Amino acid sequence: MERRVAFESSFAIAEAVKMADIDVCAAYPITPQTHIVERVAQLVANGELDANYIPVESEHSALSACLGSSAAGGRTFTATAGQGLELMHEVVYVASGMRLPIVMSVCNRALSVPLSIWGDHSDVMSVRDTGWIQIFAENAQQAFDLTLCAFHIAEDPAVLLPTMIHIDGFHLSHVIEPVLLPEQEKVTRFLPKYHHPFALDVNNPAAMGDFALPDLYTEAKVAHDMALRNSIKVILQVWQKFGEEFGREYSPVETYGAEDADILLLTMGSFSEVAMEAIDRLKRAGEKVGLVRLRLWRPFPFEQFRQTVGRAKLLIVLDRALSVGGPGPVCSEVQAALYHLKERPQVIGFIGGLGGRDISVEGFQNMIHRGMDKASQGKPGEIEVFDVREK
Amino acid sequence: MSIDLKQYLRPGVTLPFCAGCGDRILLRLILRAIDELKINIDDMLFVSGIGCAAWIPSPNFNADTLHTLHGRAIAFATGAKVFNPKLKTVVISGDGDLADIGGNHLIHAARRNIDLTVLCANNMNYGMTGGQVCSTTPKGVRTPTTPGGNPYHPFDLCKLVNAAGATYVARYSVTQPSVLVESIKKALQIEGFSFIDIISPCPTQYGRQHRLGTPRETLKFFENRCIMKEDAKGLSEEELEEKIVTGEFSDGGN
Repeated sequence: MERRVAFESSFAIAEAVKMADIDVCAAYPITPQTHIVERVAQLVANGELDANYIPVESEHSALSACLGSSAAGGRTFTATAGQGLELMHEVVYVASGMRLPIVMSVCNRALSVPLSIWGDHSDVMSVRDTGWIQIFAENAQQAFDLTLCAFHIAEDPAVLLPTMIHIDGFHLSHVIEPVLLPEQEKVTRFLPKYHHPFALDVNNPAAMGDFALPDLYTEAKVAHDMALRNSIKVILQVWQKFGEEFGREYSPVETYGAEDADILLLTMGSFSEVAMEAIDRLKRAGEKVGLVRLRLWRPFPFEQFRQTVGRAKLLIVLDRALSVGGPGPVCSEVQAALYHLKERPQVIGFIGGLGGRDISVEGFQNMIHRGMDKASQGKPGEIEVFDVREK
Repeated sequence: MSIDLKQYLRPGVTLPFCAGCGDRILLRLILRAIDELKINIDDMLFVSGIGCAAWIPSPNFNADTLHTLHGRAIAFATGAKVFNPKLKTVVISGDGDLADIGGNHLIHAARRNIDLTVLCANNMNYGMTGGQVCSTTPKGVRTPTTPGGNPYHPFDLCKLVNAAGATYVARYSVTQPSVLVESIKKALQIEGFSFIDIISPCPTQYGRQHRLGTPRETLKFFENRCIMKEDAKGLSEEELEEKIVTGEFSDGGN
């Protein structure tokens, strides 16, 4: 029977990893991720999960060992955050280039310097172009559901791409919430045992990670790009199947109160739930506002995104990362996605929530009003960092 | 002999260590060695990585402090030292930082025998992230990432660094303050790569998880386990299993 339990999001993810019956987890402790892999290590030690847990000496080694395990055909999981993801960086590219369906939880964390263990999306943006499928969760239930779905998506023979589930460090990773845990039997039906079609096998040797001269490199990269773009079909199928089986629906671009809204706010990750409250309050005050929550960050869901926001008058975008010397990374992407539309909303970008700084309900209300002011003043292009002390 | 520590501390800092932390004792012993050698702290650079021990010098010491990335302290220090050889460059960091994630830099700096002093505060676990297993955790010990007991043998850091080519290699515990201060003084004066593996107990994580008792009892536990290498000579392998052998393992030719 389905159980309703109070779980820290990190434990919910570990529970999904257990139910997915992974074969290998190699990981290195890093705040705010550590609870996930500690829990996985416990489940292995308790005999609840028949897997190998490797306590490696660095994140670079963690993802490298995962790469090896996945290439050998094992269902493979790891988790990291911030600086840990940075240390993995070159391996992040290699894992996707080799088309290895590793699933990784990233507890989003700010990047040094200054040293910060707190949440923002700087680490997400640094791996934006690495060719992984990247999905955002907003609460513990989603963290559980989307981790289960991630294995299904990643391992689909038409996809075979590693997948990151992003959860906001502390704001989500350390939050205890009620989580519905399905029966193992049902999960096993949804996510059967996995067989990598090209796993390393002495009887049928494969070569991975080969050298490509200029006459081949471009084609190899384009093949990877096509695979990632096409993966959206499988992502939609898997989420639909999940909805049918478990009753919770997911979609690449989700909304909240956006049906009749002229003004939309776009968020990614756990801040969306705070923003929902701000939307409720503004709606009660008669304002025509709504929320767009970008669930799928890679592949970027162009079609769904244009359909969702195309008819709005104003789109306010929150970036939780500062692209130093450039535009907000989500905002510029959104603008590029809308540029060729004949009718498109005006886009105003804000940067905020850096290094764990909270944005309250009132903060989101202010941000929306500030965005409306800027739009009416015709100053959309300026980059504005929200809630910054100048003295 | 008590010394006035305040002259070496950055005004306004509050030391961040847990009750009974070996790193806090070590902080004081390092400053005592500097004080006794009458080195001007303004001529010193302290480099640290990530983890509890990295907070010994940074931001607390009123000198140049470079708080770097996890594992990279020795590499940062190497760059600073070659550009400005007059800087007395001291790396203070933990075992996880120096020997695990940064282990490569440790052996290569020792191989080059660059004139750095590396003080490794060894608490035998990743204290800051919650006491997980590391490369110096004794075999069989339970940690959050080895709940069934650590299946691996730990590094003997002194043997490792010695084999790599360091000039001065020693191991002492913060529970042996007098000999440790003398060792730090020696390490600071010797030209070439000097390394001290300093047993720095962690009552909050290691002590709690191994039910070693109060911080005082945790320190006592390690005090009892540490013996000087001269006293270890007659002991059998079985008897040595329970001991941590301390002393100088390469004395820089002195």
